[in-house]
Amino acid sequence: MKIIGLLCTLLIAGCIPPAELEQKLTGQQLAFDRKKGNCLACHRIADGQSPGNIGPPLSNLQQRFDNKKDLVNFIEDPTVFNPATSMPPFGRNNILTRQEIKTIANFLWTLPATQTIIP
Amino acid sequence: MAAPIASAPLDDLKTLQQHFFTQFPTLSRQDFANGVYALDPDAKQSWLAIEQFPPYEIAIDLGKQLFTHPFNNGHHYGDCFPDYRQGISQHYPYWDLQTDTVVTLSQAINRCRLQNQAPPLPPTSRSLINLTAYLSFLSRNKPIAITVPPEPAARAAYQQGKKYYHQRRGQLNFSCASCHIQNAGKRLRTETLSPLLGQTSNWPTYRLKWGRVGTLHQRFIGCHKQIRAQTAAPQSEIFRNLEYYMSYISNGLPVNGPSIRK
Ligand code: HEC
Ligand code: HEC
Repeated sequence: MKIIGLLCTLLIAGCIPPAELEQKLTGQQLAFDRKKGNCLACHRIADGQSPGNIGPPLSNLQQRFDNKKDLVNFIEDPTVFNPATSMPPFGRNNILTRQEIKTIANFLWTLPATQTIIP
Repeated sequence: MAAPIASAPLDDLKTLQQHFFTQFPTLSRQDFANGVYALDPDAKQSWLAIEQFPPYEIAIDLGKQLFTHPFNNGHHYGDCFPDYRQGISQHYPYWDLQTDTVVTLSQAINRCRLQNQAPPLPPTSRSLINLTAYLSFLSRNKPIAITVPPEPAARAAYQQGKKYYHQRRGQLNFSCASCHIQNAGKRLRTETLSPLLGQTSNWPTYRLKWGRVGTLHQRFIGCHKQIRAQTAAPQSEIFRNLEYYMSYISNGLPVNGPSIRK
């Protein structure tokens, strides 16, 4: 019992059911994590390290989308809006859950137009 | 930029080479053979530093030893490849009219072994990689010269390789072309994406990530993993056809293997 308790403190992730763990990740973490959204592979995002430059910087999205739901739909499947896009269909191909996409959209929605970007 | 799917090989070659020459006007034909180093000055600096003591040199030496060592029947590899001293790897892969298949350099070496009662070497074995390293070295600076003969089966193999390069796949829904044509020169995180033109010139290559010299088909597998796609095996028909298409498009660029990549 003691040993299991110790292991749980060491490998916290291993002891939390996946669903609970998901809720613990913030929108920023979901967007930055290489095993999750990995949006930084292609987009500059405020406070994100070593971003790629395949897509446009993600800022000022309230100007670009009428509402948050449109933003969620875009992330779900960008090929609907541009069949030639290289952005992966995060929802359609189950790369992220709908809940994770909403959490990311909430985070992106709040990003200001001017921001600190680490090149 | 998607190449039109059923166009003739020579039209594809001209269209794609022109596309990349226009996109990167400061690069010469030779430069493209250096992959990302032609596009990323920092990466080029660290590459040139490593070239001072090239980690692939041992592979060339071992390959030469193997190549010049006689088979049990007294014959040599050189009997199968009489022109090897002038460099032959620029002509591989080629369409073999006898067996109706694309033959890579690795396969040609194994065919030679079979002719001499020696067992074929596994596609990613050290010995086979070392042999190709030596032959690639002897072909350095020779222009890649791949032919697609007019036979329908040869055309079909080429078209299959081309289709594979341009077709989306995997959970992340990329084609090879998404990264290496559409986004060539851009950065995926910190990785600059190399253009299709020149992707086959430098093999086999010492990859720092692998810590050893490996094959083009092993690199294909790496790219499949990145996009979470099912992959094929080294020297499978689809990978040979893919290599055939990619090498044909790079015609005219110098062979510069073995080389070094991250
Ligand atoms: C492999 C590249 C790639 C990845 C990874 C990627 N994107 Fe994109 N994204 C693009 C490209 C390219 C565009 C430009 C629009 C197009 O191609 O239609 C884009 C556009 C967008 C836009 C629209 C921006 C605008 O101003 O039009 C949003 C929002 C967006 N991406 C969010 C995300 C989020 C969130 C993630 C991660 C969960 C992500 N992207 C991951 C390539 C990518
Ligand atoms: C998501 C992006 C992506 C996709 C899709 C992709 N690659 Fe790559 N590939 C890379 C990156 C990053 C590298 C390392 C940098 C470079 O050399 O381009 C690379 C390197 C390579 C290289 C080595 C080039 C050299 O100079 O040594 C080859 C060959 C290659 N890819 C072939 C393919 C093939 C074939 C496919 C499709 C089956 C493919 N790639 C799909 C990202 C990708």
